[in-house]
Amino acid sequence: MQDVPRKRGVLHRHPRLRLGLLLSPPMLWLGVAYLTSLAVLLITAFWTTNTFTTEIERVWNLDNFRQLWNIDVYRTITIRTLWIAVLVTVVDALIAFPIAFFMAKVASRRWQRVLLIAVLMPLWASYLVKAYAWRAMFSGTGPLNWALDPIGLHLGYGLTATVITLAYLWLPYMILPMYAGLERVPDSVLEASADLGAKGGTTIRRVVLPILWPALFAGSIFTFSLTLGDYITVKIVGGTNQMIGNAVYDSALTGNNLPFAAALACVPVVIMLVYLAAVRRTGALDNL
Amino acid sequence: MRSVRTLATAAAVGAMILTFGGCGSSDDNKSSNGGATFTPPDLPMKKSLGKGEGAVSILAWAGYAEKEWVTPFEKATGCKATVKYFNTSDDAVNLIKSGDYDVVSASGDASLRMIAAGSVEPVNTDLVPNYKDVYPFLKDRPWNSVNGQMYGIPHGYGANLLMWNKKDVNPAPTDWSVVFGPDAAKYKGKVTAYDSPIYIADAALYLMNTKPDLKIKDPYALDQKQLDAAVALLKEQKKNVGEYWSDYAKEQSAFETGDTVVGTTWQVIASAVDPKKADVEAILPDSGSTGWSDTWMVATKSKHKNCAYLWMNDIISPKANAAVAQYFGESPSNPKACEFAAKGFCDTYHAGDAAYAAKIHYWNTPTAACLDGRKNVKCTDYQQWTQAWTEVKG
Amino acid sequence: MTISRTTKIVLGVLTALVLALVYLPLGMVILNSFNTSSSFSWPPSGLTTNWWHAAWHNPDVRDSLRLSLEVAAMSTVIALVLGTMAALALARYRFFGQDAVSLLIILPIALPGIVTGLAFQNLFRSILNIDLGYWTIVVAHATFCIVTVFNNVLARLRRVGGNLEEASMDLGAGTFTTFRLVTFPALRSALLAGGLLAFALSFDEIIVTTFTAGGGTRTLPLWIYDHMFRPNDAPVVNVVAAALLVLSIVPIWLAQRLSQGEEMVGAR
Repeated sequence: MQDVPRKRGVLHRHPRLRLGLLLSPPMLWLGVAYLTSLAVLLITAFWTTNTFTTEIERVWNLDNFRQLWNIDVYRTITIRTLWIAVLVTVVDALIAFPIAFFMAKVASRRWQRVLLIAVLMPLWASYLVKAYAWRAMFSGTGPLNWALDPIGLHLGYGLTATVITLAYLWLPYMILPMYAGLERVPDSVLEASADLGAKGGTTIRRVVLPILWPALFAGSIFTFSLTLGDYITVKIVGGTNQMIGNAVYDSALTGNNLPFAAALACVPVVIMLVYLAAVRRTGALDNL
Repeated sequence: MRSVRTLATAAAVGAMILTFGGCGSSDDNKSSNGGATFTPPDLPMKKSLGKGEGAVSILAWAGYAEKEWVTPFEKATGCKATVKYFNTSDDAVNLIKSGDYDVVSASGDASLRMIAAGSVEPVNTDLVPNYKDVYPFLKDRPWNSVNGQMYGIPHGYGANLLMWNKKDVNPAPTDWSVVFGPDAAKYKGKVTAYDSPIYIADAALYLMNTKPDLKIKDPYALDQKQLDAAVALLKEQKKNVGEYWSDYAKEQSAFETGDTVVGTTWQVIASAVDPKKADVEAILPDSGSTGWSDTWMVATKSKHKNCAYLWMNDIISPKANAAVAQYFGESPSNPKACEFAAKGFCDTYHAGDAAYAAKIHYWNTPTAACLDGRKNVKCTDYQQWTQAWTEVKG
Repeated sequence: MTISRTTKIVLGVLTALVLALVYLPLGMVILNSFNTSSSFSWPPSGLTTNWWHAAWHNPDVRDSLRLSLEVAAMSTVIALVLGTMAALALARYRFFGQDAVSLLIILPIALPGIVTGLAFQNLFRSILNIDLGYWTIVVAHATFCIVTVFNNVLARLRRVGGNLEEASMDLGAGTFTTFRLVTFPALRSALLAGGLLAFALSFDEIIVTTFTAGGGTRTLPLWIYDHMFRPNDAPVVNVVAAALLVLSIVPIWLAQRLSQGEEMVGAR
């Protein structure tokens, strides 16, 4: 037995050291590489660009933020983007619930697996190709309008098309956490609720929803952040509309004005941080 | 990323260089009337051509150095080519400074900045045998030469055309008023426009022809008042625009499905539209249009100048020039390329048609120093254009 | 079960309906890959297998596919290592700033891709002066992939508890032996699930990639983005997408088999 302590080694005797070793690589990566780059971006927002050379000039000022605030168009774009994000999230939640519920509570083990594959598979098809497929759907002569025509409806490129396409693209990100959340509710709890006399609606409201909320918020973090950062879909199906992502992209890559792009990028960052803080209490972050 | 959109932007940025040249560092800047009016650093020009160094490092826009014609070049010259693509003209300006590259394809908005910075040197066109074949109207232009000295080899150009669906648009339009004027309302929701700040120049060009009291002389030299007028026009136009296009496929499919019936286009798109689906016509209106013209240049710090010259000669050789022009969808700079291009290609692209080329206002980068030579006002620069474009789209 | 038959049927029909809607555009993609028209206009003007032939013989597609696989594989490996370490730390220890650590791990996926992309591009180019390429993409991808592994592993660790590990240590196994023989086997399916998702996220990522890829490096999504815009290449893009869709069954099915359907998506 004498050599056992040696075999167990230093690590065994010093849990804090173990913790330190476990934690430092991921923290170095995220804390140093990621946070530093975010911080540098934020700092850049307080600089300006020389309009001749497009070189960044390290002169501290608030001009970018002032412009952001004073030019109406950025407020319009922000509000529009937020609306889109909210609508996409609601649509996804409404569609995801029955599917997730069916998968978790109704389907047999075998079907569960099949459905899970069916839900996951579209994630592997290229995002761009899917968006372009929707472009064809929304075309004036496309299948969607061909089907809608008899009831006198016409859906062209625009905000509705953008919401539908984004909701389509992000749907798996909503179904997965919801499914995982519902799966954790033991069937016995549902039965107990019924045995105690609760009607279906009551069971859903009092038993299922409290479990579902965190999962829904977890999914909404995806739908929100993905929508706030998107600039491609709206170009493909959004008609003449633009979102925050387009404004950031245009300032950074087309206009070569990184400082202003950085200031603009603060808008979705602030929105997401506020949102994270708000949903944190619901336990959403553990459901991601 | 090597998308058409970035290409277009790059071409636009090329124009920017011109501006920079106009207002470059003060000691270089001997002001004169308009254009590139600075004295570039005094750099020697290559006097004679030696044997290839066996390697060449090419800095190019995507689509300008594809395997299809790079491989034959390598075989013929023994210069092993490494190709680096850049995304924007600004990228190109920064990368060429590094000294890692021998030769670069510069758009009008980048070329003068490179010249002013001394990153590229004068080109001895005598060492480029194919240069003598290049269309004369591409030589000694403000974006590729300074004081009569060529700084590069022009290799292709193109115009932004007016395209419409013949079935839906009557009578056939003859100028841009169909997208900017009152007629546009007839096609409400079916008008398209190019999705880039540089499209402001299209509006400015229309105003230049229709609103003389605005005194616009160059669509890339707009003071605040002129820019405001162009922006107002574009905002008015937006009411009729169904969508803005930024890539080939998007516009092509929009015309084929009938979602778009009239708007600005490139020849390559006009040719791609399936005539069975949409009978379209594309013209360069007599009142003129915007367009692009690109140039190959040699880096000052290049260690493979012989190979760089061989490349410049090769890329405008009839066969390669035809390949690039067809790949990218532009007019070649060498008339002999037409023998190697697909039948009718050069006619479609009006290669060599000097009168046609004269109607093109080549993309240039707007800068604070007015490109049209005005000294009493400050012009709006590309950054302001970018923000203005965001405002137009709302 | 308390769920009535009617409810079940309604749910089943809804599920079928939604799935049909999900697969409708994908069906169009597959159909369009045989469409003779070079733009995706409807209805198809005819059917052909030319595009499949062209795609198969396109060296650029192969290069981009290889690069995408390499990027996704490397990002996944990094995410697996870092995500597991972070999850072990958080599941097995109590320490100050625990919440901050979990927030930091979530942040890269919670902040919009354009912000992550812009921030990394700025860091690499303006601050560190690194040429953009394979490694810059991997760094950016791994950053937002960590969270998928982390969450899966953390959920598993919380469920299995630390008793077995303690027992192993008490019986004299060292830290690494315990990990190898006790912790790792318990984590295997969670790692698989997290890794698979990380791989998928990286493989189809375009926004962050746009900002962190240099001119010469083209992942498959970037290639697709470039070529959707060229009328003559667009059908080839459709073929690639259709092929990927069909091929994606393999890894998912494999993962399902290996984990026996258990916790495939874990606590995603």
